[in-house]
Amino acid sequence: MSTPTSAPKKLGLREKYARMTRDLAWEPSYQPKDKIYPQAGLEGIKIEDWDRWEDPFRLTMDAYWKYQAEKERKLYAIIDAFAQNNAQLNVTDARYVNALKLFLTGVTPLEYAAHRGFAMVGRAFPGAGAQVACQMQSIDELRHVQTQIHTISHYNKYFSGFEEWRHMHDRVWYLSVPKSFFDDAMSAGPFEFITAISFSFEYVLTNLLFMPFMSGAAYNGDMATVTFGFSAQSDEARHMTLGLEVIKFMLEQHPDNLPIVQRWIDKWFWRGYRLLTLVAMMMDYMLPKRVMSWQEAWEMYFEQNGGALFADLARYGIRMPRHWEVSVKEKDRLSHEAWATFYNYGHAAAFHTWMPDESEMAWLAEKYPASFDARYRPRYEHWIAEERAGRRFYNPTLPMLCQVCQIPMVFTEPDDPTTTCYRESHYHGEHYHFCSDGCKDIFDAEPEKYVQSWLPVHQIYQGHCGGGSVPEVLRWYRLEAGRDNLDYLSSPDRQNWQRWKGEAAAG
Amino acid sequence: MQIDIRTTAVTPLRQTFGHVARRIGSGKPASRYQEATFDLQPEVNFHYRPYWDAGHELYDASRTAIVMDDWYACTDPRQYYYGAWTQTRARQQEVMERNFAFVEQRGLPELLDEGWKRRVAALVLPLRHVEYAANLNNTAVAAYGYGAALTQAASFCAMDRLGIAQYLTRIGLLLDSNGSALLDAAKADWLHAAHLQPLRRLCEDLLVVEDWFELLLAQDFVLDGLLYPLVYERIEAEFSREAGTTLALLSGFMDEWYAEHTRWIDQQLKVVAAASAANRERVAGWCRQWSERVRAALLPLASEVFGDGAEAVLDELEAALQARAQKKCGLSWAPEVAA
Repeated sequence: MSTPTSAPKKLGLREKYARMTRDLAWEPSYQPKDKIYPQAGLEGIKIEDWDRWEDPFRLTMDAYWKYQAEKERKLYAIIDAFAQNNAQLNVTDARYVNALKLFLTGVTPLEYAAHRGFAMVGRAFPGAGAQVACQMQSIDELRHVQTQIHTISHYNKYFSGFEEWRHMHDRVWYLSVPKSFFDDAMSAGPFEFITAISFSFEYVLTNLLFMPFMSGAAYNGDMATVTFGFSAQSDEARHMTLGLEVIKFMLEQHPDNLPIVQRWIDKWFWRGYRLLTLVAMMMDYMLPKRVMSWQEAWEMYFEQNGGALFADLARYGIRMPRHWEVSVKEKDRLSHEAWATFYNYGHAAAFHTWMPDESEMAWLAEKYPASFDARYRPRYEHWIAEERAGRRFYNPTLPMLCQVCQIPMVFTEPDDPTTTCYRESHYHGEHYHFCSDGCKDIFDAEPEKYVQSWLPVHQIYQGHCGGGSVPEVLRWYRLEAGRDNLDYLSSPDRQNWQRWKGEAAAG
Repeated sequence: MQIDIRTTAVTPLRQTFGHVARRIGSGKPASRYQEATFDLQPEVNFHYRPYWDAGHELYDASRTAIVMDDWYACTDPRQYYYGAWTQTRARQQEVMERNFAFVEQRGLPELLDEGWKRRVAALVLPLRHVEYAANLNNTAVAAYGYGAALTQAASFCAMDRLGIAQYLTRIGLLLDSNGSALLDAAKADWLHAAHLQPLRRLCEDLLVVEDWFELLLAQDFVLDGLLYPLVYERIEAEFSREAGTTLALLSGFMDEWYAEHTRWIDQQLKVVAAASAANRERVAGWCRQWSERVRAALLPLASEVFGDGAEAVLDELEAALQARAQKKCGLSWAPEVAA
């Protein structure tokens, strides 16, 4: 034992935080490091010195507990008050609640996946600084899944379509879009996971996924959900700084990392963008009081903010993600093509669909002057006429799905919005179909991965989903026909809403 | 006179989500813990095999030799979901903040003998590295374990361990008037001093255990079950006799946390062992095997304080752990026969 001899010197905040985190680790000598961290070298990313990791935020556990508990106390006070006052009756219109159904079935399970995924990388990375940052995000994500459940729990008591969200997420056709997105990231190695989720998803696209739902809640009188959104905002800010640090760290560590990181950015931009299709239609069609159009959001958050980000990353050799210009070409059609698809398949969805009313069509025409009146309004007017004649249109055949994003193949050619876009690849004697060049590129880079996709339509035809008929499949989904699905006009949700509001007005 | 507040009465259509109702019975309101826990983890229809483990699904019950019909039997007796956990820890953190301020304001560290501080650096401060290993091990359970009930509690445990490692770090800084010499000395001991090498080897060996339930048991039941009483009861009592209760004041969180932690881990072993004879046998076997190893790893550390009496101290602690296993988990195992 040696006795310390140097005079005590005071530590600065930065060094103190290093003592609280990375100094806890040590260089192992009884077990080889690559046995303790077997995933670190799998993907070819070269890290020469984990000590160069810059902590994206400095939060010790005692401070974390203190701040987070304060936020939790405030949030649960609002959730309790919301329930006690039956404040679900204060939302703009019961159609709004369908955006929440999409959120609980489609997004909340992703928060859980993020919780587990960040635990995986929080164990897999060999650097203690990165471990701690990832572990903290892991429990933040657990916070998000649980506070979302507790917030929406009250809606589940009064509206249908929420009840079987867990069961549905693993089975229902359109929910395989978000599920496969996160399965894809989690089944990749740790560096790809964190590029996919922390950078491409959290940093580049959060303002287009999470925030539209929360802003939609604010605009539509949903106090509980918007309070959750505010409460999660400071967590999200931390997650975004982690996303940027990860990219810079990998690029600064070794020049060989650049092509790998660029390939991941290309892939995950397109994967994330396709997932946002669901958000685009939510923004333009499902909010009775709209926040902004999808096109405006894409221009502001991707073309402007994202463009500035990639300009900043150019000094590392990073360029804009491949096919970004296709996303710009699609911005005035994405939400319309998606809503039309869900209107078609409204009998197999766990939320209600409807045709926009005249004032909503006017809003859409104003926001999409180049496309709405010319291409989408005539189709809607036809469907409205059919509905009024007692022939509400539902498409009885199952759609072909894209092998990668798993969305029905409904998107159109980048340079021709009237022609459906089909792409295909051949692999080991089989044909695989894609909605876009972006999805085809992803498949062609890793065909052995994407041939595994659990494609809902294929699964139905192979007899794995409760039977071959729509009623059998809906039962397997635990989707109650006539209650959870079909047009909003005929729904029990709407009847209840009118009764409650009528009673409230009379009371 | 009666005052009436008029409200709108609307009747709920249901009390909770389908998967929760199927577990607790329909028509019953669910607790926040139940809604935040049950069936959260996907179990079917995964899209791709993991690149890092092609032999398993993303979530796969066969990553442990333990077999359960229902991993949601492994609930947390503390009923911790994120909000309940973080608010409990925030209250405990306030007490610790006052304790640290008390010690600092009264200048207690300056009153303590340098040789005594060096002993703390040799015997207690290195445990921040043990806690770091415990953080990684519980993170592994949170990542690769099965069922949200057990894995979320492992997540909380992992962060608790990071918090404890940070409290130990603060103790090192405080005893050294905000300098890092004691922490450096403690880390040098951790890496090189003979009395800590078996414990460090044990920690590194735990970091490569592949069966996550075995890891959970070895870390949170056996290692904690012997190390915490040894350090925070026996050794700390010696230190208090020598130099007053400063150290006890600064490690109050660990005592309180350990009492709570044992409730959780005992319940996990109890439920798993009760599920089948095969589970019981395997869990008991792991307990036997790991308590032998942990005891050997702790002996040199205990000897630094208790000299020749160390074996007797460890005999008592091992007997206490066996009694706890018997009483709380319905588990017993015969000690390994010496070769």
